[in-house]
Amino acid sequence: MYNTNQLGRFEQVVLPHLDAAYNLARWLTHNDHDAQDVVQESYLRALKFFSGLRSEDGRAWLLTIVRHTCYDWLRQNRRFEPLTGFDDELQGVESDEPGPEAMLLRTAEDELLRHALEELPVEFREVVILRELEGLSYKEIADIANLPLGTVMSRLARARQRLQQALTAHTQREAQV
Amino acid sequence: MTCQEIRELIHAYLDGEIDLVRSLEIERHLPDCQVCASVVQNLQTLRSAITRDSLYHRAPPDLRQRVQAVVRQSNRAESKPRFASLWFASGRWLGVGISAAAVAVLLLALIPAWLRSSADEPIAKEAISAHVRSLMADHLTDVASSDRHTVKPWFNGRLDFSPPVTDLTERGFPLIGGRLDYLDNRPVAALVYRRQQHFINLFIWPSAQPSSKAAVNPVTQQGFHLFRWTAIEMHFLAVSDLNERELKEFVGLIHDQLTPTATP
Ligand SMILES: [Zn+2]
Repeated sequence: MYNTNQLGRFEQVVLPHLDAAYNLARWLTHNDHDAQDVVQESYLRALKFFSGLRSEDGRAWLLTIVRHTCYDWLRQNRRFEPLTGFDDELQGVESDEPGPEAMLLRTAEDELLRHALEELPVEFREVVILRELEGLSYKEIADIANLPLGTVMSRLARARQRLQQALTAHTQREAQV
Repeated sequence: MTCQEIRELIHAYLDGEIDLVRSLEIERHLPDCQVCASVVQNLQTLRSAITRDSLYHRAPPDLRQRVQAVVRQSNRAESKPRFASLWFASGRWLGVGISAAAVAVLLLALIPAWLRSSADEPIAKEAISAHVRSLMADHLTDVASSDRHTVKPWFNGRLDFSPPVTDLTERGFPLIGGRLDYLDNRPVAALVYRRQQHFINLFIWPSAQPSSKAAVNPVTQQGFHLFRWTAIEMHFLAVSDLNERELKEFVGLIHDQLTPTATP
């Protein structure tokens, strides 16, 4: 389909973002095996549509495809993780009660954090991954996840709030033992 | 702003997504309000905990080869070109009577913009290649040190100029080390900085231009951002897959350190 030159360009534009692709897929599918499958499938899809690529940002473009492929995968494996349809606008952001969590979080184990992130509904988890681990802007996340900017912000706010609650609950349980 | 209004904006504030005016308003409020200040502090702690390296899942080493193999195989198996040729084969374009020149223009429009502009910016392309190579070949640094007093002397005798080395650890861009690289047909210094999981290559080499020129407009190619500028008779080029805003912040910090303003 593509000649050597074009294929070379594809590899140059898209292959360097393998880590980003894998990280997102790994967080959305929860496991290495499926993440690798999703990444391979995403690259094949990317190859198909590469000639139509208008964007200058190979990473954002690839992540859009990876996310899409993940959701296809999640739909096929729905019994493992239901897609939670939730309303972004109805529930406002509650005010945070300041607590002692700051100190406790500082020493939080990786395992604890990883678990708290894994437990987030996928719509929350993806914005956290794209923002905190990929360092993308609200605009970039909005494009990738096909969401309004305001929704990106409210999901991120609620995701962080849930993480804080989960970690606080954990540290309180620990304290009682 | 009331506390309630501030809480609603606090995430956008921490993410650097609100305008300067409101940002300053929040900063004025925080020292006077313990409650809001501790909300900010807790969120900052949470954020720095999440952004730690160990939560980032890097691709397993053999996945790259496997993806490459699958892609190449699939490309070979694909006998028919897709978009353009289907359209050509349909012959519709003949019916509409488009001239050969118009077809050429249309074909050009199908090529990603950066591929066309890359010819104008050979250094940008070179710098991205050097950046990617440094990350993929596991050859990020020749001298790995966060101490600028170790990194700077390392270049002595290896280059015919002395690159300025600044430490931005306290500003959230720790120095990782230095490396010799080749750019613009000459050996250059490459300083490596990190922001969370993202590496920044800062290339430095002498310039004939004595004047200080502010950072030119960023170039975005292949998902990487580049800033190029000249100061203190040196060329500077920063490249990273870090988002444009934070890379710009980095460029600003480097620039400020190198060229202290007139006021002492
Ligand atoms: Zn307040």
